[in-house]
Amino acid sequence: MTTTVPTAKEAAQPDARLRAQNVTLAYDERVVARELGLDVRDGSFTVIIGPNACGKSTLLKALARITRPSAGAVLLDGAAIAALPTRKVAREIGLLPQTSTAPSGIIVADLVARGRYPHQRMLRQWSADDERATLDAMRRTGVAGLADRFVDELSGGQRQRVWLAMVLAQGTPIVLLDEPTTFLDVAHQIEVLDLCADLHEEGGSTLVLVLHDINQACRYATDLVVMSEGRVVAQGAPHDVVTADLVREVFGLPCRVLPDPETGTPMVVPLARAGRAAQVR
Amino acid sequence: MTGTTAKTARPSGRMPGLTVRVASGRLSGRLSPRAVATGLLLLALLLAASVAALMTGDYPATPADVVRTVLGEGPPGLELIVGRFRLPRLLVAIGVGAALGTAGAIFQSVSRNPLGSPEIIGFTTGAATGALLALLVFPSLALGAPTGAVLGGLVTAVAVYSLAFRRGMRGDRLVLVGIGVNAVLMAANSFLLSRASLQQAQDAQMWLIGSVSGRGWDEVGPLWIPLIVLLAATVALGRGTAAMEMGDEAATALGVPVERTRLALVACGVGLTATAVAAAGPIVFVALAAPQIARRVARRGAPPPMLSALTGALLTVVADLVGQRLFAPVQLPVGVATGAVGGLYLAWLLSREWRKGG
Repeated sequence: MTTTVPTAKEAAQPDARLRAQNVTLAYDERVVARELGLDVRDGSFTVIIGPNACGKSTLLKALARITRPSAGAVLLDGAAIAALPTRKVAREIGLLPQTSTAPSGIIVADLVARGRYPHQRMLRQWSADDERATLDAMRRTGVAGLADRFVDELSGGQRQRVWLAMVLAQGTPIVLLDEPTTFLDVAHQIEVLDLCADLHEEGGSTLVLVLHDINQACRYATDLVVMSEGRVVAQGAPHDVVTADLVREVFGLPCRVLPDPETGTPMVVPLARAGRAAQVR
Repeated sequence: MTGTTAKTARPSGRMPGLTVRVASGRLSGRLSPRAVATGLLLLALLLAASVAALMTGDYPATPADVVRTVLGEGPPGLELIVGRFRLPRLLVAIGVGAALGTAGAIFQSVSRNPLGSPEIIGFTTGAATGALLALLVFPSLALGAPTGAVLGGLVTAVAVYSLAFRRGMRGDRLVLVGIGVNAVLMAANSFLLSRASLQQAQDAQMWLIGSVSGRGWDEVGPLWIPLIVLLAATVALGRGTAAMEMGDEAATALGVPVERTRLALVACGVGLTATAVAAAGPIVFVALAAPQIARRVARRGAPPPMLSALTGALLTVVADLVGQRLFAPVQLPVGVATGAVGGLYLAWLLSREWRKGG
């Protein structure tokens, strides 16, 4: 590998509330990630990329305590999240899973309002704070005008905004998003990412996204995390991390890395077929 | 690019629906107007069916007579008949229907499948097996059918749940395992009946059809006390249940203890099923249909437990009425009426699910 991986201890920064420490992730016997360390810098727009089945979604799920590490721990403010009350964690970390089902026949406002669960109690189910946070989340994601529409009737892009609104209504300083652009066409992908960037800038929250598209990741991320075969192979600002060598090693794709003509961020351009064939030989 | 602001832009940011806040915000919640309207409609229908049920029988009575009698000012003869026979029978029908409706809503929510109902996945049949064992095999223990039903339901639930549980619960697995267990238990029930003496078998068979006829005040308490406790528990679990409709991951992210909530829900559902079977035998169809009817009328995604309870109560009271009146003076047990309608409904549901899945 061209890039050295700092271990969790070396990389330990004081300003990372959420950390994975020597985490091993496994489904049954199949180990997806071994002794992995990651510090999520507070206030960063972190994007995790990597080839299929590199463990990036599994890592995100572990950060959200959906998947339990078989060894090591995910720490929130130094305490293992597995040992914290799940409601307490839910007031700090929000997650937009890759697939969630909107209950059929639910209207937008009701779905967004469900984000308030960790703040509600048995008898106090709808405080003024709940109402304010829900309305605010709908306004920020531009779905306030859809408040009384059925979620089933919305387009894919609108629906993703509604889910984002639900996660925002949760009001957590850390928000994790698992491939939020997957089922969207390119215009709606950009729309969702722009929205994430807005939320990051105005809310000062920490965002962690799993994305497929390297160029999109480079455009939006302040911190890029590159994974391969269950390990973090590179981490840092996109222009420090993304090189032709790295992309070839991690994705197996011979390419050139040029500055994006719009943003100046690294842009991966695969070599033409002839060039790729020459490189492989 | 999307029409996010195209449709009816709301000038003032306001939540749709009804917001309730009392005691300076200590008690608050939101209600869907449609759910409230559905609840009131079901209550009105249940009240009307109840009056009709209290009028039904050899001693004729007008609605006014019935209402006066319930208020304690009716004609003495009717007072005796209503107080001794018709009222407890009605209360048992309402209680059994409510228990089955709620249990159906719970299992259909947990399995995310309209077939995930206690009579399909074996709990009802298992409760019947327990009752048959108590009646036919261990009569010396003097457990009685109700206790046997509760024990049988619990044992079946533990068996189905542990067979279907592999690193978490999947709804389709629960339904498929349950259908298998149900088949085995049906065979066991037939076997038990075939081994019994003619008289015993006839009594047991009558019980297996499910009936509320001849139920008195002795049955009302043991039905309603657990019913109220379990309904309260189900309501308390309601917000977590609602979050779980969005998938386990989303619910966990919101801070719902998913597996614990699911286990508690299943426990409530098994308890409700066993309570109902103990009181009236294994009445079919109510737990299957009530939640789907309630869901459609209220236009909700998952079956709403309380509306399913009301629908179940209504279905059972109406089925008992039909059974008493349709071929009068011949009396049909309530289980025959629900069974006949239920078979048709199940065929329709299966063909629909099949097309959707295929």
